Formats: sequence, structure tokens, C-alpha cells
Amino acid sequence: MPEQLLYATEVMLNGLMAGVMYSLVALGFVLIFKASGIFNYAQGVLALFAALTLVGLQNGQVPFAHMINAVFGTHVAEFGWQLPAVVAIALTALVMVGLAVLIEKLVLKHLVSQAPIILFMATIGLAYFLEGLGDVMWGADIKKLDVGLPQGISETIESVTDSLFGYGFFIDNLDIVATVVAVVLVSALTIFSQYSKQGRALRAVADDHQAALSVGISLRFIWVLVWSIAGFVALVAGIMWGTKSGVQFSLSLIALKALPVLMLGGFTSIPGAIVGGLIIGVGEKLFDFFVGPMIGGATENWFAYMLALIFLVFRPQGLFGEKIIERV
Amino acid sequence: MKMKFTALVAAGMVAAAPAMADLVIPNLSYRTGPYAAGGTPYADGFNDYFTLLNERDGGIGGEKVQVPECETAYNTEKGVECYEATKGNGALVYNPLSTGITYQLIPKVSADHISLYTPGYGRTSAANGKVFEWVFNYPANYWDGASVAITYLLEQNGGSLEGKKIALVYHNSAYGKEPIRTLTDLAKKHGFELTEIPVDHPGQEQKSQWLQIRREKPDYVLMWGWGVMNQVAVQEAANIKFPMENFIGIWWSGSENDVVPAGDGANGYKSLAMHGTGMDYPVYTDMKKYVLDAGKASGAGDQVGSVLYSRGMYAAMVIAEAARKAQEIAGTPAINATQMRDGFENLEITEARMVELGLPNFGQPFAATCADHGGPGAAMVQQWDATTKKWTLVTGFIAPDMEVLDPLVAEDSAAYAKEAGITERCN
Repeated sequence: MPEQLLYATEVMLNGLMAGVMYSLVALGFVLIFKASGIFNYAQGVLALFAALTLVGLQNGQVPFAHMINAVFGTHVAEFGWQLPAVVAIALTALVMVGLAVLIEKLVLKHLVSQAPIILFMATIGLAYFLEGLGDVMWGADIKKLDVGLPQGISETIESVTDSLFGYGFFIDNLDIVATVVAVVLVSALTIFSQYSKQGRALRAVADDHQAALSVGISLRFIWVLVWSIAGFVALVAGIMWGTKSGVQFSLSLIALKALPVLMLGGFTSIPGAIVGGLIIGVGEKLFDFFVGPMIGGATENWFAYMLALIFLVFRPQGLFGEKIIERV
Repeated sequence: MKMKFTALVAAGMVAAAPAMADLVIPNLSYRTGPYAAGGTPYADGFNDYFTLLNERDGGIGGEKVQVPECETAYNTEKGVECYEATKGNGALVYNPLSTGITYQLIPKVSADHISLYTPGYGRTSAANGKVFEWVFNYPANYWDGASVAITYLLEQNGGSLEGKKIALVYHNSAYGKEPIRTLTDLAKKHGFELTEIPVDHPGQEQKSQWLQIRREKPDYVLMWGWGVMNQVAVQEAANIKFPMENFIGIWWSGSENDVVPAGDGANGYKSLAMHGTGMDYPVYTDMKKYVLDAGKASGAGDQVGSVLYSRGMYAAMVIAEAARKAQEIAGTPAINATQMRDGFENLEITEARMVELGLPNFGQPFAATCADHGGPGAAMVQQWDATTKKWTLVTGFIAPDMEVLDPLVAEDSAAYAKEAGITERCN
């Protein structure tokens, strides 16, 4: 195989893997939008908050330590425990459920029947509040996240491709794990929404709020449920991205990577989030590989949006989104 | 009722504004947003040093120092807003810790006659005091850093980089692009091949860049990064098994933050350092007594001795020494912004003075002049040991190649002088 083709193949494979990482973030947006029509601006911050909480719980960090010390003149910092990753993840998932309950009780409940733009603005407020809360609770320093996920080049893939093509491909072990996790997550979400009672209720609310209410489905319960699931998805995304870069406040910016995925895949489709992620991942990486050197590089950020825009022009609802038909 | 309200407002304003006799040194910091992890320790070090002077010495020359903090979130617009909001309170000098904000403030401080101090960052050619009357960037700037890195590599390669490939991974911003010009000239001079690899803000995803490095196999990688870009780059370098001892970051890519997340993978990574780090300096005895143990530490007090804390403290120390010099020249402790500038321009930091300050061998000696606002520009190289989780200095101070840098500084500052209609001074 010619050298350039080998390199392009490697770039494409890495693009697919990167796309999966984007999809993990996009999934959270889709879940909430599908069930409630809310574009959740806070989804990136949810991932940050979940990752901060996970590291804090795992390392036995005292939440609000700085504030406690300032008010009471104490010097508390750590509980002195180191929790196993599984326990810490389970506890963080519970925290995210608690957060979903609070969001519903304190924010969403009061905004029933409001226009989508009001709900969107509420999530902007929520994003900044959660970012501040995360800072006060766990501090702004960068934290190493170690839940035992492998990182670095996959030696097997490198040696197999090397023996086949004379060039060993680079695939990150973390990306492989992320792909497996994404497959499991999407399968679980699909099974849940298709075959469970709550899942059917969730779809009913997504289809028609009023009709769902008329058959006795509790809108408030569905909102708690969907925000809990989105919180869990945010936790998964936070783990993957946090393992890569450490847990820090720029983690909330991963939402920027999810937006073109949503534009392309549609705001209401779980498979759309996955396929959209893959297209964006591959598209931006290949563009940067072929065209980047001619125009100075650093094309990925803007090219992803341009690609999404092109799709949007031809399919405004996204590849898998539901076509909006309004009859007058 | 109306009068009571007016009185309350007036009382509030008096309480909020610094006392007129105080030395006001605003701290344009960032403790929130994607760059908070870098901004927080720097701001803590900056604040703590002035708290130390206030608590131990009663301020500088008997004048208490006020350090009103304004949050910029590393955002240029917010930085300018902070400047506008604080300059009216008798501000003597600004140190915004952002090249983007610095570029916006240079014309403003020049018009408002307030000093801008940008150690190790900002506009490099501001080292030319003939053009940039109100800006100071000693002891070192980006171009010095680029040159020191190449001088170090020359030393490592028996004095020749002929035929070597060096990649520059840089933050795709005004900051990250600063060294390109110098490195291009140095590449011509020393015969190495330079590859420029930009990374867009914030730098969370760098797979393309590091696949390119894996394909092109440069001998060395230099990095001009900040924030998450640093941590991801170090991790990706470890992932592709790039030899970490051949990966060198500028001093803004060389804090504990940048290497800890990658764990053992970061072992051997190097960066430039323009000052010492750690708590093995006598100044920390007083810092502990008057600030930390007294419960007066800035922030959570958990960053003391880290690289960026040390840098914030170093910047505060230089500013304090400039204020002392200004008081000496003006013959009064209650100096104004113009007198403060005189202090900066006549500042001399000797090793003997550093010893007196409890910071022996912490920074390089320098003496500013009317024309030289940039200092000697030397820097050391430090290396990360992932086992002990400590930086170790592997060289002494290395001088930059002024033969290459001086013409570049002259050219860039002349272009600015022409654009801004500035007549050169110091003649």
C-alpha cells in the first residue's frame, strides 16, 4: 500500500475513534432534547461536574474544604480514604441522580409550559452555577483521574498492521475502550427506551407532552429520569475525556465538540449522535491531513462546523432527526 | 431616607476604594474558566508576596500595598474591562498574565501613563524601551525562550543542529505564534528544519498533531502551550512513545499541572525555567509566619511553592523592588504611576539583593535602562521526575543568542513605532 494511503487510513481510524468521544458528549444533549425539547447548554458542565465529583470522592477530598477552612479556621482537606473506582463511579452516579432531582425541583418544575428559549436560558444559568459550584466544592486545580482505563498505543494493532503493511498504526487504547463503552451505552439506552415501561413513557412524552399527561404519565418523573440518564452519560464522557487530559475546567468545553455532531446527526436521534460523531471525527481528521498542511493547519475546530453546516443546508433536521412539519 | 441611602452609598464607596495613600497594584487574575488551573497559583503567589510585605514590613517604604483582584477568565475583553474599571483607583502597574490582554493594553497604558509589566509573556519587542516607554518584560521574553531552547539543543548536539528536524507545537493564538519568527531565523542560522504545528484553543483534542509528529519523526519537539493544551500534549507524546527528554516546553508549559495528569508517561519531559521553584528559600520562613500560618494566604493556600505560585511571587517581588526604587528616586513613599515607571526603568536586581530578599539563586540579576526593558533573557532547563513528582534543574542559566534577537526586536518595535506614530527616545 502506498505510504500516503497508509497514513490516511491511520488518520481515518483515529478520526472514527475521536468521533466516538464526541458522540459520548452529544448523547447527553440528544436525550434531554428528545424528551423535553430543551437544548441543554449545561451538558458540558455536567460532564465536568461529574468528573470533579468522581475524583473528589475517589480520593477522599472534603467538599467545600476551602470554604469550611475559611469560615471555621480549620485545616480540613481529605477524609483519608481512597475508594475503589467502581464504588466511586457508583456514588458519583447517585450524586448525578440527586442533582437531576434538584434541577427538576428547583428549576424545571417552575418552567413547565414556558417557551423553549426560556428553558434554554435556564440551562445557561445552570451551566454557570454548576461550574461555580464545582469550583467551590472541589477546587480549580487539575486532578489526575485514574479509574484503571488503559492509555497509550495499542501494541497489538501496531504489530499486526506493521507485519501486514510495513507500518504500525497508532490506535489509543483509551479510544478503543471509549468505543466499547459507547456501543454498550447506546445498546442499553435503546433497550431501555424500547422495552421498559419508563422508556416507553419517555418516548410518549417526547412524542406529545399533552397526550402523555392525559394518560397519566408524570412529566416531572420523566424529567428527573431523563436528566439522571443524561447525568450518567455526562459521567461517562467526563471519565473518558478526564482520563485523557486530567480533570479541569476546560472539560466543559467538550460541549463545543458535540455541537457539530448534533447539527449533523439531528437533535432527536441516538443513532444520529453516533453516526454524526463518526462523520465529524473522520471528516475533520482527513481534512486536516490532506488540506491542513496547505493552509497552515489547525483546521479541525472550524471544519467540523462547516461540515455540519453543509449537511444542515440539505437536511435541516440532521441526518436522523425528525422532520418538523407544521400545518397551518 | 434619601440622605441615609446617599450616606450608605458614600460609605460603601470609601470602603471599596483603596485609601489614597496606599500603593495600588491591581491583580488581573483568572481563577475561573478553562485556564483557571494556571491562573490560580500565579494569582496566589502574587497576592501572598504583597501580604507578606504588608504584614511583616508594613508595606513598601511604609506604604501599605493594595492588590484589588479582578477576574479576567483569560478573556481579552474582560481583561480590558478590568483595566478600565481599576485604573482610576491610582493603579501603578498592571500584570495581566495574558499576551492577548497585553496587546490590547499596550496602547491604553501608553496613553494613560501606567506601567505594564509582563515577565516572560506579552509583546516580545516591548523589550525595546526606546519605543515602549510604559512596558517592561524583563527578565526574559518568548524570543529569549526560543533562542535558549535552541542554544540548549546545540549544546546537546555538539554545537550543530545541521539536518535536525525540530517541530514547534503551539497554541494557535498571539501567544503561541510569538516564537515562530525567532525559530525561523534560528533555523536558517543553524541549518535545522522547522515544522510548525498549530493547536486550536483549548487544545483538548490533538490527535492529528501527534499523528503528524509520529509520521514525520522530528528529533525534537518544542511546545508553546497553555492550559489543557499542555496536559493533552504531554499525554499524547507519551502515547506515541516520543522520547520525553527531547520534548521541551516554554516556561508556560512547565508547571506541575502540565505533567501530573500524564503520570509516569510524563517522566523526563523538559521545560524552560526563568526562576527557581519549591520552598527551599529563606523567604518561606517569613511567608509561613506572616501569611500562611496567620491564615492570610490567598486562595486555598495549597499552591505554595509550585512553579506558577513561584512565578507570581517573582513578578510581585520585581514590582515591589521597582516601587522601592521609585520611592528612592521620587524621595517620597507615596509614589504615582509616572514615578513608578521611573522605578521600573532604573531597577537593578543583583544577587546580593536577592539574598537579602530571601531568594538566593532564584532569578537572574538584571539592570534595566531607558533602552533595555527586556533584561538578559537567560533561562534554565528543568526536567520532570514522575517518581518524586518534582522538577529538577538540569542546567544553569543559558543566555539567548542576541545576535539573532536584537535585529528582530529592533525591526518589530520599529514597525510598531511607525504604526503608532512613536518617536524613539533614549537618544
